[in-house]
Amino acid sequence: MIEVMKKYIIKTEQIDTWLKRIIESVPRVLAPVSSGTKTEFRRIKSPEEVDNKSLTTTVSAKAAAFPPVETLFKYQKSGKDTTLTEDSFDKYPETVLWHARSCDAMGFSPLSAIFDWDYKDNIYDERRNKLTIVTFACSQSDECCFCTSVGGGPGNTEGSDIQLTMLNATDALVEVMTEKGEKLVTLSSDIFQPLSEEVEKESVLAKIPVRFTKEEIKEHVSNAFDSPVWKRQSARCLGCGACAFVCPTCACFDIQEDAHGSHGRRLRCWDACGFSLFTQHTSGYNPRPTQATRWRQRILHKFSYMPERLGVYGCTGCGRCSRACPVDMNLQEHLISIANSNHE
Amino acid sequence: MMEESNNNFEPRIIAFVCNWCTYAGADLTGTSRIKYATNVEIVRFPCTGRIDFMLLLKAFAGGADGIIVSGCHPNDCHYTSGNFHARRRWIVFRNMLNFLGIDVRRIRFSWVSAAEGAKWADVVNDTVKEIRELGPYTEYKKVANYLDEEADSHE
Amino acid sequence: MNKLQEKATDLLKEGIVKLIIGFEQGNNKVRPLFCEKPEDTERLIYSDDCSTNNAVYLTKKELTGDDKIAIIATHKEVASIIQLNKENQIKKENLIVLTVGKDGDVTELASFEEMEKFCTENTPTTDPVVTAIVEKIDKMSSEERWAYWKSELDKCIRCYACRAACPLCYCNRCISEVNCPQWLDPWKSTLSNIEWQINRVMHMSGRCTGCGACAKACPLELPIGILTQKMSTDIKEMLGEGEGGNVLSTFNPSDKENFIH
Repeated sequence: MIEVMKKYIIKTEQIDTWLKRIIESVPRVLAPVSSGTKTEFRRIKSPEEVDNKSLTTTVSAKAAAFPPVETLFKYQKSGKDTTLTEDSFDKYPETVLWHARSCDAMGFSPLSAIFDWDYKDNIYDERRNKLTIVTFACSQSDECCFCTSVGGGPGNTEGSDIQLTMLNATDALVEVMTEKGEKLVTLSSDIFQPLSEEVEKESVLAKIPVRFTKEEIKEHVSNAFDSPVWKRQSARCLGCGACAFVCPTCACFDIQEDAHGSHGRRLRCWDACGFSLFTQHTSGYNPRPTQATRWRQRILHKFSYMPERLGVYGCTGCGRCSRACPVDMNLQEHLISIANSNHE
Repeated sequence: MMEESNNNFEPRIIAFVCNWCTYAGADLTGTSRIKYATNVEIVRFPCTGRIDFMLLLKAFAGGADGIIVSGCHPNDCHYTSGNFHARRRWIVFRNMLNFLGIDVRRIRFSWVSAAEGAKWADVVNDTVKEIRELGPYTEYKKVANYLDEEADSHE
Repeated sequence: MNKLQEKATDLLKEGIVKLIIGFEQGNNKVRPLFCEKPEDTERLIYSDDCSTNNAVYLTKKELTGDDKIAIIATHKEVASIIQLNKENQIKKENLIVLTVGKDGDVTELASFEEMEKFCTENTPTTDPVVTAIVEKIDKMSSEERWAYWKSELDKCIRCYACRAACPLCYCNRCISEVNCPQWLDPWKSTLSNIEWQINRVMHMSGRCTGCGACAKACPLELPIGILTQKMSTDIKEMLGEGEGGNVLSTFNPSDKENFIH
């Protein structure tokens, strides 16, 4: 559990007042906004735009630090010379991610582990450092949620700078974990009542049963490379990118060029290991030629390779992949089946 | 958008034409010394049947304000049926574009034969006049310049 | 066990087929089921909630192999199979098509004539919600339409679930994956999202059977089914019923239009 620096009580009716101050002071505030029949993170200009009722968004909040498309550098050719320019980091706005969930906040740890692994990705780091994350603990969950089985929980504060928990109709607990969080509190310090005693928040949180442990999964998948379980589980997978794109921890990207003759941009954009051409070599050889091998990669990457090499799990149990999947490839269901399997 | 000095606005028109009829017809316009608007950049294809509908969209994305697509009259195609395929393709494509709100008034389709030098001049002049009135296709250019505005990275 | 499950069990037990593609109840929706062993068939169901189009699996060689398989089909699978056959993607001698009637009786559609008949007799009513939206858009001005589609398609994340769910999108290398030339920017942007949908719908011209799998697959519930529905209705109107399908690889010298000068 992350050490909580400070605790406050705030009146729920004051939350929007505080949000208004945040919007006035911070260049960019992202929050869940109703979008057609769904809810997604969008930039907001006023508290009224926030969808407070939805459980969670379809697409995770990772775009705040790892956008779907971003320019790496621009180039301009003239004669034999080429000039490369990068965006100044001044252009990257300070951002508050408002009304995210614990599973969103937790997702930034594996992302940071990947982007700072053997090479420090300073573009990602800049965005991540400029991001302040305010999560709202979950009082509801649905059948796709399984955060408690991967070391998370509806009130888990890992990755959050601030977490709010609605204790009842009038009061909310505010837990501040970092300096960044404290800075936001000072924007409206008059509405925060410091708290010295323990306030119990478990009773108002959603009850999400633990179905398996990360260690069980890791143990089972580590020996399962040649198991027929992958073919069985992946049979109905259509090989789209929905699960990877909505996932808070998936970091796969493609490098592309927006070329216009003598000038252009090198950029990176989201990609997915589920796509059939993801590992296609120029020679024509594809080391992951079947959907079964690609599904295996997805599971092993998140539950075996990442923990082994980076010390973090690649899944926060948010359930977005399962909700987004057109054919109900329910990750929780597959993991339970793996945890309960006797290896073949 | 209409208020933007249409007096100074010179439309940029891309013409997708077939080699055997319209291109030859355009040649005839020239050799007949018929003067016509110079706003058109001609792209020559062996046949209208070769014109991929995506190319029209690329033209708009590349800054064209208007497009001309022209080829042999039905039954006169140098390759017998290329223009029949093209016509079908345009019927479906134009309908789809219209439904999406893309301004199909900016795309002029015509049949111009190798003997119709005067008609080519008319097609070009009429199109340029029409596009001048419609103004530059700013709406399309706005979405085509997305990365220039850094909208995606920082929005 | 109901009649469907019995029939499926028999087919597997007798080794007539190596695989049966059907439906089962998933976590909160009906999903495809692959039966390889007789005991798998216990999970087979058949109802109006069978919303995925399982014909999408018929072009996946890694699943079907060269073996004989059976597919439990609703109207949308049958319509897709007829179209796939027109495009030479079906080896009929390797495929058994089964449907289930209201009374639970299992019928095999042994020939394409029977399949056509089944489709005619079981055509689902077009979704009135979609029709209403199409009419609403038809009434909009050009600017309003552009604003509508721009704002909707801007949300698209290019996950290609629409493509993946469509039985008729079976190209080994989709146009979106071609980079010489690069027709579509592979990254998400308003323009390339619009271009992707245009391509998708154009490549579906006359082939789309209106199953709606694309729209149902979209994780953001974008109104993309509207585009295919509009395209299909308009093609029938503008080009006639024809021999069905392959609208863009055939032509009629008497095709009518009013915009070519």
